[in-house]
Amino acid sequence: MNKLITGTALAMIAMAGTASADGHGVSACLITKTDTNPFFVKMREGAEAKAEELGITLNSYAGKVDGDHETQVAAIETCIANGAKGILLTASDTSSIVPAVQQARNAGLVVIALDTPLEPIDSADMTFATDNFLAGELIGKWAASALGDDAATAKIAMLDLAVSQPTVGVLRDQGFLQGFGIDLGDPNKWGDETDARIVGNDVTAGNEEGGRKAMENLLALDPEINVVYTINEPAAAGAYEALKSIGRENDVLIVSVDGGCPGVANIKDGVIGATSQQYPLLMASKGIEAIAAFAKDGTLPAATDGKDFFDTGVALVTDKPVDGVDSIDTAEGTKLCWG
Amino acid sequence: MSSQDDYEGAATQSRATVAEFDDHRRGFVGSFHHALHTTPALVPLIVLLAAIVIFGMLLGSKFFSPFALTLILQQVQIVGIVAAAQSLVILTAGIDLSVGAIAVISSVIMGQFTFRYGLPVEVAVACGLIIGTGIGAVNGWLIAVMKLPPFIVTLGMWQIVLAANFLYSANETIRSQDIAANAPLLQFLGTTFKVGADADGRGGANFTYGVLFMVGVILLLSYVLKHTAWGRHVYAVGDDPEAAELSGVNVKGTLISVYALAGLICAFAGWALIGRIGSVSPTSGQLLNIESITAVVIGGISLFGGRGSILGTLFGALIVGVFTLGLRLLGADAQWTFLLIGALIIAAVAVDQWIRKVAA
Repeated sequence: MNKLITGTALAMIAMAGTASADGHGVSACLITKTDTNPFFVKMREGAEAKAEELGITLNSYAGKVDGDHETQVAAIETCIANGAKGILLTASDTSSIVPAVQQARNAGLVVIALDTPLEPIDSADMTFATDNFLAGELIGKWAASALGDDAATAKIAMLDLAVSQPTVGVLRDQGFLQGFGIDLGDPNKWGDETDARIVGNDVTAGNEEGGRKAMENLLALDPEINVVYTINEPAAAGAYEALKSIGRENDVLIVSVDGGCPGVANIKDGVIGATSQQYPLLMASKGIEAIAAFAKDGTLPAATDGKDFFDTGVALVTDKPVDGVDSIDTAEGTKLCWG
Repeated sequence: MSSQDDYEGAATQSRATVAEFDDHRRGFVGSFHHALHTTPALVPLIVLLAAIVIFGMLLGSKFFSPFALTLILQQVQIVGIVAAAQSLVILTAGIDLSVGAIAVISSVIMGQFTFRYGLPVEVAVACGLIIGTGIGAVNGWLIAVMKLPPFIVTLGMWQIVLAANFLYSANETIRSQDIAANAPLLQFLGTTFKVGADADGRGGANFTYGVLFMVGVILLLSYVLKHTAWGRHVYAVGDDPEAAELSGVNVKGTLISVYALAGLICAFAGWALIGRIGSVSPTSGQLLNIESITAVVIGGISLFGGRGSILGTLFGALIVGVFTLGLRLLGADAQWTFLLIGALIIAAVAVDQWIRKVAA
């Protein structure tokens, strides 16, 4: 028993030693929505690799489920208490997180939003993200070109993320409609468009189950739907199952956003026509570099020219390229995919 | 033989009927209440029919089409199967918050055992069913033998199983196309067949084996609960465990068997889930515990145990399905569905209390 206590005490002293040794190094935090979604797993890998390269101590936190706002606030508070230099944050609740972010910035930390912009976007020092509007626009343009003259009489189903209309879902939805050539109404929300080609909007929670149910609901409204916009590839896979069950899987065009490996494989198999691929690994590694630069001499990251965020790029992946829209094929997409 | 010893004669003079309660109430409310009391599935059935009639009047053929009506069945099949398991547990005055997690981990095990370890798909499905049953049995053992409250045990098990599910699967989805090519048995319960479709296969009613399974499992449980000793024991344990114990019911054994059977049914729901969404996705089924409790409560099974019929659960699940699709077809915001279902839950409990009070 005494041995155990001595051993524990020694171990604790040793740990305290390493902690104080790291104390004068730079530390950073990564806070994601969950630590199980492959997208965030990839983001974490990118951040860890870059942090190790630059000699930064990285602490990672995540909500228990998507939408777990409290855990993210607690993580920000922990980072402030830990004396971190900066936070990379993918917020679950883009407006409610703002006071916590402000608290961190007041404490002298640089806060960078990854993937999901905060509301308002300048609540964070910078946003490193895919241009989600552009991502939507690319698949919208592609779908319109692929349909040719039939685009004028298309029947479109919009499979969105959630009823709360988070920024990322609104941007992709509105981008798609703009690319397809539909008047947006208020570009800050989906569902207010009056174009008769839109059959309806429904929400999917971004997974297969939600995608299937939403597709079924919209098919009940109009069984002649022939274009389906989906917020991401799992929702697209669910929509495909719904179409398959009524034997319409081959005459409906499905487009999506994300570019994960299963999604790119689904393009190869003809399940999805085209997807816009984003690059989470790049977002995270650029974010760590920005924190390192800030820790060194207080430099704040700059936005991409003409945009209010740092654009980490997007590419259209399809095996059926159309004129006027740049794209890469699935072989290239598989090389770059993050799943 | 003296006249005092004429037992046979005395017996012939006694009333031939067994002791019974007279129903002294007369009039419409009285007999209606009596009917509700003796047939617990009647209330949800009336609500279901009313909902169908109202949405039918508002939407016409859009709602009354074979496509839309069978779509409701397809959309509630997973919840319906899980709610059957939940009904058993709630009849024993328990609650199972881990049902959805058990369903999801069973589906993940079926998928991963096939694709990660290369087991024959039949074996993988059996493993999924066995592990689902096992998790249920652990719940039952903790509740019956360790005397822990069902709410706490299954709250803990929910988190453990869900975390294990994400850790084990690395949250990787197994794609529908891979399953269709290599292990179609996993999608078996999703097999669709049409009744009354035209020559091109359009229109008509769509059914899946999963829907048949849901109806089958509820009819089977309904029979078992009513006509077997085990079924009566389940009711007895839920009504008053001490009285059941004193009358010779193996209370512990009954409880463990109920939770284990619930686990097995949830594992089947996991299998049906693969059929429905095509792929094996560890993120599905997150709300199944709440949705199944909703179906059970709206279906008129008392949360205090020992009362209600499992057929009511099927109607409860269908009511939710009718409301969801009906409001969707009317173009209403999804929040209206939640609002109305919330009101239905409270109304269902109020009706349950009313039936109990007047009966007491």
